[in-house]
Amino acid sequence: MLIVVACFIARSKDLMVTVILFSIYGLLCASFFMLMDAVDVAFTEAAVGAGISPLLMLITLASVGRFQQAGRYPVVLIGFIGAVLGGLLVWATLGMPMFGDALAPVHQHVAPRYIEESGVEVGVPNIVTSVLASYRAFDTLGEVVVIFTAGVGVLSLLGGGSYQKRFLIDRIIDREEHKILRVVSKILIPPILLFALYVQFHGDYGPGGGFQAGVIFAAGVVLYTLFFGLKVVQQVISEMSVRVLAALGVLLYGCVGLVSLLKGHNYLDYYALAANPKTGQHLGILVIELGVGITVASVMILFFYTFARNFGGRGAVS
Amino acid sequence: MSLMSGLFNYWAVAALLLIGLGIVVWQGNLIKKLVGLSIFQTAVFIFYISVGKVAGGTAPILDDSYSQYSNPLPHVLILTAIVVGIATTALALALVIRIKASYGSVEESDINGQDK
Repeated sequence: MLIVVACFIARSKDLMVTVILFSIYGLLCASFFMLMDAVDVAFTEAAVGAGISPLLMLITLASVGRFQQAGRYPVVLIGFIGAVLGGLLVWATLGMPMFGDALAPVHQHVAPRYIEESGVEVGVPNIVTSVLASYRAFDTLGEVVVIFTAGVGVLSLLGGGSYQKRFLIDRIIDREEHKILRVVSKILIPPILLFALYVQFHGDYGPGGGFQAGVIFAAGVVLYTLFFGLKVVQQVISEMSVRVLAALGVLLYGCVGLVSLLKGHNYLDYYALAANPKTGQHLGILVIELGVGITVASVMILFFYTFARNFGGRGAVS
Repeated sequence: MSLMSGLFNYWAVAALLLIGLGIVVWQGNLIKKLVGLSIFQTAVFIFYISVGKVAGGTAPILDDSYSQYSNPLPHVLILTAIVVGIATTALALALVIRIKASYGSVEESDINGQDK
């Protein structure tokens, strides 16, 4: 099914259709991840792939126009190259271990250690969380910094510009006031935000964590903006506060590392945080996940604010 | 397990990779290219998650009633990769908006033509 949708995406000339198909594709992907036992990944993909990412593309479409020109090369040429590449890829898979094989090399390296020891060493039931926030905390710090940097990048490209009294997007939202959608969204949004907080703070025990919570929270806020307008939502969460929070999240993460450094341990060594090792790990994971969640949520909301402010391609001034 | 069912996931990944790559190379529209790139990206995600699956395993959340878990490491990598992916996509979209503002088009041929 994924392939079918992907084919339609490749064929459609109308970019609006493309983006909506892409959203369906994201949802299908999320269901697939669910089937593959990757519940944490499914959460993230559902919020990002089906929600935020197509939405940002749609807003961009408003500035760049919705129809595109045809492809550049003859289909036969592309088909030929595709067939050769595809043949090579399929040939390569013949050497792969069978799908679901428990003895495959990937499952022999570090994974058994994570599965067997993390319960004792970290004391958190969700192995994904303990790998993400404890064993590979350096990686995760790097990734959070990348996200933050992307936020700064988008701001430097599209930020600035004049703060209008009324945003163009608001005028459109107000003109086509969808009463039913507004009421439904009012019922839906509090549970979404609540669920995000649950995912954030329950990530040690069930599926969840900072990344998932961040994107779900952002999706809730974005939904609200779509129905009530940028002006209204910015009275609650101002753009400045989002900018500050994005930086604060990264700082919070980094400071946990500094605290353990100051206590004479390695950077991001949570055993330094409390006398009882498990309490230390728990505390460390909770705080850095909070940092991750804050940064991810604020950067996503920031993306949306910045894009929405440029809605219609008018604000693109340097 | 037969060859077909044992490798089907990887073949699907190969197909998605090709579709994504095809869109990136073939289409001139920058937004379409980004969608293609995202498809390419998710194909890689699907590959990782497929590799991590263990038959008969369950989601990697420790519980006394299960002993077989899927590999948690790919999940961690992909989980963060998705969020990083949307961040970079947003950056790319921002670039596209700026390109539209200065060139008046997001078609590659138009942009190349103006640069000459």
